[in-house]
Amino acid sequence: MTRKLQRAWLLIGGITVLVVATILVMVALRGSVVYFYAPSDLKAGLLTDGQRFRLGGLVASGSVVRGDKEFISFDLTDHLKSVRVYYNGILPDLFREGQGVIAEGVLTRAGRFDADTILAKHDENYMPPEVAESLKKKNINQ
Amino acid sequence: MIIEIGHFSLILALALAITQTCISIIGVKINDLRLIQLATPAAVLQFSLVLISYLALTHAYITADFTVENVVRNSHSSKPLIYRISGVWGNHEGSMLLWLLILTGFTAAVAVIGKKLSSNMKTTVLAMQSSIAIAFLSFIILTSNPFIRVLSAPPDGLGLNPVLQDPALALHPPLLYMGYVGFSVAFSFAVAALLLKRSDAAWARWVRPWTLLSWVFLTLGISIGSWWAYYELGWGGWWFWDPVENASFMPWLIGTALLHSALVMEKREALKVWTILLAILTFSLSLLGTFLVRSGVLSSVHSFAVDPERGVFILLIMLTFTGGSLVLFAVRSHSINDKGVFTAISREGSLILNNVLLAASCGAILVGTLYPLAYEIVSGGGKISVGAPYFDLVFGMLMVPLLMLLPFGQLLAWKRGDFVAAAYRLAPAGVIALAVILTVYMSSQHSLWLAPIGVGLGIWVMTGTTQELFAHIIRSKTTLHCTFRRLVNLRRSVCGTTLAHFGVGLTVVGVVVTSTYRVEHVSVMEIGDRMQAAGYDIVFEKTQEQEGPNYTSVVGHFPVYKAGVKIATLKPSKRSYVVSSKKTTEAGIHAAWYGDFYAVLGDVQKTGGFVVRVYFNPLVRLIWIGALLMSIGGLVSLSGGRINTGTPRLKKSDKLVSV
Repeated sequence: MTRKLQRAWLLIGGITVLVVATILVMVALRGSVVYFYAPSDLKAGLLTDGQRFRLGGLVASGSVVRGDKEFISFDLTDHLKSVRVYYNGILPDLFREGQGVIAEGVLTRAGRFDADTILAKHDENYMPPEVAESLKKKNINQ
Repeated sequence: MIIEIGHFSLILALALAITQTCISIIGVKINDLRLIQLATPAAVLQFSLVLISYLALTHAYITADFTVENVVRNSHSSKPLIYRISGVWGNHEGSMLLWLLILTGFTAAVAVIGKKLSSNMKTTVLAMQSSIAIAFLSFIILTSNPFIRVLSAPPDGLGLNPVLQDPALALHPPLLYMGYVGFSVAFSFAVAALLLKRSDAAWARWVRPWTLLSWVFLTLGISIGSWWAYYELGWGGWWFWDPVENASFMPWLIGTALLHSALVMEKREALKVWTILLAILTFSLSLLGTFLVRSGVLSSVHSFAVDPERGVFILLIMLTFTGGSLVLFAVRSHSINDKGVFTAISREGSLILNNVLLAASCGAILVGTLYPLAYEIVSGGGKISVGAPYFDLVFGMLMVPLLMLLPFGQLLAWKRGDFVAAAYRLAPAGVIALAVILTVYMSSQHSLWLAPIGVGLGIWVMTGTTQELFAHIIRSKTTLHCTFRRLVNLRRSVCGTTLAHFGVGLTVVGVVVTSTYRVEHVSVMEIGDRMQAAGYDIVFEKTQEQEGPNYTSVVGHFPVYKAGVKIATLKPSKRSYVVSSKKTTEAGIHAAWYGDFYAVLGDVQKTGGFVVRVYFNPLVRLIWIGALLMSIGGLVSLSGGRINTGTPRLKKSDKLVSV
């Protein structure tokens, strides 16, 4: 086998895999992109029926209700608007009132947001920014 | 005082690294042997300085020195000793220092072990390593200094995130970093090969053990991380295609490709350009991973402390090294000449296909991981995420041909292989795999073919890779003793390869079975309630209060019954950490050989009941056992010595390499 033929084989094989992979990527991306919105982004006509999306914001203080038909419901707010989130499952450990979370799910026909996933961050530095600020100030003052 | 020594020696290390890089480059340029030979002691000294610095920080953690800001933020006097030590890398600053320690450690190892490397090559490699160290030393000193003092020491620290107080997570970062950073050696060798225009079989022989070692660490690091996520996060899952997880998986995929292509380069002096490119890409992806994890540009469930300034700095480091080396590659790669000629159907051909498929799957993961970022820039702030279905589909599809062809690779000869003969020899494995596919299909309630085929593929890889070995050691009319001797006399590299490939098959079976056939139940349970899942009865017997070293916990007792017989008691718990008033959920897991029973205790409801989530994860442990076998396979291969045996006179130094 000559060097040229060898190179041709390599090229054909490489290009085939590349083309197949590209097509796969395009098809799969179309089906699994999930959009992220803040509560105040949600407007009529923004979402098609049953489309999955992510909603991110802060858990409104005093809004968490446990064991009212659904296991958990709470208000997710961005201080402009808040959306009630219903969730059937176990909340992540770092879920707290006032904490930022992301809820992934669908808007039902009745306009209710049913989440099937709640993400809260497991940060290694879980000190709230305000505390960090005060620690810094203390340093400067002394 | 000790802290200042640590701080000072870090700055000294930076000065030394700059000096070493300059002297080495000048030395090689003007060919002055005295300058060239300075590189080895300089590398060792650099490592010693960083080690002093690292130990100083560790000392501050162990003695709970709350005059150091880093310790205040991340430690507490009530923390057990092991988590004080691991707490050093449980935060951004400390973990970057660990990164640097491992980098300089690898550099020093190359300096000490590589006695028989040509002095120009060695010095250039060490200079490259030390230029990477310059970048990270500046990064630590300028943006993430762990040695900063607080002026008024608080009485106690803020504590380490309870989720991180775990033995697996104490091990995860060092192992992962040893993998990530170890690939820097291959990178430096690649750049040196381009600079000195020297790339031959000997070069590949030097690079391969380092790559293999890093690969073993990375494999262990990723699997321990996944194991930790499985039992600690309480989501019942073991892999989420999260950006941070992908960041570690991409270098693993390209690193795996590099291992295989370096083999072709070593044995056949072919694929040189490609191997050098892979060596550059692997470390670039490690840097990309560091950037993604440390900058927080992508929203991740495993988010770490985020600081845009630091992100930009790491991005600059990444662009400099990746961009610089790729430019060098573009300019110099045409000067590399391949020697070996081979047909498409040959060992080389199969390894190329392996490389193309691994690179394509890595590319697909890269696209999926960075797509949200690109979308945000293009759409002007629109935020999206790419879900697990994308990765499952694309990655799964690309793995199918790879797994199908895997057993063939080892049976094809170099240069020109016989596909038909290989297929003939693999017929038994094929029959077994088909039988398994049919059995799984018939015995499951699902009418899907996908999962049985997946399991079949795993079995195909397992049997296909081992049957050759058995055929070799167990011949008819041989005694047990003789069989044993044959097994012992096998070449280590053959054993290692077989073990690692067997591990791949095992992991595939575990992944497919647990993803398809897992059972999940959530309900609100009160004490005395009973739940049915996957044919088992689970009873909520009682709750119990328990005291830990720095937490209190509520433990639920859930005996599991099969047809009235008690087989296990699951004890999931909720911990409240005293210092941080943080809560964690600890899953209650019972591991049977056929799968895990996994229970999580949730919140107390209005009615007084608990939210309880129960999973049955069949064969889930095969995933980690498989990964462990891959790592052991890598180590066995490394221990062989054959891997780096060059010409006979090189033997003495090569013995050292295989340590």
